[in-house]
Amino acid sequence: MKKERDLQINAHGRLQHFLTIEGLPRELLIEILDRAEGFAGIGGRAVKKVPLLRGKTIVNLFFEPSTRTRTTFELAAKRLSADVLNLNIESSSAKKGETLLDTLRNLEAMHCDMFVVRHHLSGAAHFIARHVTPHISVINGGDGRHAHPTQAMLDAYTIRRHKRDFTRLKVAVVGDILHSRVARSEIHALKTLGVPEVRVVGPRTLIPAGVETLGVRVFHDIETGLRDVDVIVMLRLQTERMRGALLPGAAEYFHLYGLTPARLKLAHPDAIVMHPGPINRGVEIDSQVADGVRSVILQQVSHGIAVRMAVMAMTAGSQAN
Amino acid sequence: MKRVKTAPEDRDVPKMLTGMAADLRAFLKSNGRHPVAVIGVRTGGVWIADALRRHLNIHEPPGALNIAYHRDDFERVGIHPTVEPSNLPFTITDRHILLVDDILYTGRTVRAALNEIFDYGRPASVTLAVLVDRGGRELPIRADIAGMSLSLKPREHVKLLGPDPLRLSLMKSTKTA
Repeated sequence: MKKERDLQINAHGRLQHFLTIEGLPRELLIEILDRAEGFAGIGGRAVKKVPLLRGKTIVNLFFEPSTRTRTTFELAAKRLSADVLNLNIESSSAKKGETLLDTLRNLEAMHCDMFVVRHHLSGAAHFIARHVTPHISVINGGDGRHAHPTQAMLDAYTIRRHKRDFTRLKVAVVGDILHSRVARSEIHALKTLGVPEVRVVGPRTLIPAGVETLGVRVFHDIETGLRDVDVIVMLRLQTERMRGALLPGAAEYFHLYGLTPARLKLAHPDAIVMHPGPINRGVEIDSQVADGVRSVILQQVSHGIAVRMAVMAMTAGSQAN
Repeated sequence: MKRVKTAPEDRDVPKMLTGMAADLRAFLKSNGRHPVAVIGVRTGGVWIADALRRHLNIHEPPGALNIAYHRDDFERVGIHPTVEPSNLPFTITDRHILLVDDILYTGRTVRAALNEIFDYGRPASVTLAVLVDRGGRELPIRADIAGMSLSLKPREHVKLLGPDPLRLSLMKSTKTA
C-alpha cells in the first residue's frame, strides 16, 4: 500500500491530494499559507472571482452533515470559477445500497475533476484517493476521528495573521481531543510549522493514550494548562461520536473545562481564542468569551475560504508539468 | 514602429524613461486622458511604473498587478510561484489607467493584466506603456508607448534587472522557446 505522503505528493513533487498534514514538509504548509494570503483579497474586489479553475467540476462529497466546511469549500470553488456539485450521499445512493466504489465510478463517468470528501469513517478520503482515476484530486474535508487538514491550515493561517512567528508560541488545545480530527491535524500542523509548545488540555477520558508521542504536553487541569498561552483552541464535545459514559454531563464539563472570562485571564494578555465551530455556548465556551474581543472564531470562517482556495488551486494544478 | 539597431544592454534605461515620459505626456494630452492612475505589472513593470509616475509628476503611488490568476497556461504549468497579490490603492471605475510593463512579447501578459484590472472595475480607458517591445506578438495587442522596439528571435530574451540600477540584459536560451 502506498504511504500517505506518497499518495499526496505526485511524481512532479506537487500536492495532488490533500488528505492529512502528517508527513507533509514545512515548506509545503508555508506555501499553502502564502497562497491563501494571495487569495484572501479576492473577497473584497468588485468581481469576487478569478478564472483559475474555469471549466473544472468539483464535487462536494459529503457522507456526514456539515454547514461551515461544505459552504466554505463551495464558496472557495466558486471564487476560483469552478462548477460545484453538492452531494449528500447519506441521503441518496448509499441509502439505496450503492457501494462507495460504484458511486465513485459514476461520478468519474460525469467527468469530475476534484472530490472534497467528508466521511464519518477514518481513512475514507485515503480510500477514495487510492481508487480514483489519476487525473482526479481528492481533498479531505474531515474523516472520522482521523484528520481535517484544511481546518488545521486555516487555524494556522489565523494564528499567523495575529502572531506572525510560530516559533515563539504556546498553544493550548482544550477539550475533546479523543474524538477530534481537528486536534490531530492541528497538532501535526503546529509542530511542523515550528510551534515549540503545544498543550492538550482535557479530562482523562477525552485525551487519547500516548498523545505525548506527538510532541505535546498533557494537562488535566485547565487553570495550569492555560497559563501564559498565546493561542487557545477550544474544541466541541463530540457527543455524536461518544460511546459509553465518558462525561458526567454538560454542566459538569463546563464547570471543569469551560472557557470563562476568569480562565481566559490566565493566558497571555494578547491571547486569541479560536474554535472550529459549531460552538456550544455554556458547554465548552462562555458567551462572553465567544463574543469577546479576543475571539477570532468568525475570522477563522473567512480565512477558511482563502485557505481552501489555495489548496484547491494547488491540487488542481498539480497535474501540469 | 521604428526598429532600433543598438543592443539592449547598451541602452541607458533612465534616458529611455525620460523619452517615454515625454511621449506619454503628449499622447495622454492629445487623447484627453487626464489625470491617469498608474499600474505596473509585477515585478519589473512596477519599477518602470514608479519611474514614469515621477517623471509625470503624479503623486499617487502606482498600483501593482499580480496576473497569476489570469494566466492562460494553468493547464500546462499549474499555479505560478507565489508573488505578492495585486494591490490597487485607488478606485478603477471611470479612471484613466496607465498600464506599464517592462517587456512586451506575446501579448498574453497584457491580456491577463487587462482581465485583472477589469475585476476591480470599469476603467474609462487603458493606455499601455512598455520599456521594450521585443516583437513576437501572438495576440492583437500593441503598446501606445514603447521605450524601444526590437525584433528578437524566440531564443533571444531581453530582461529588465533592477530595481537599482535599472538595466537591460540580453540572453540566448539553448532550448527552443
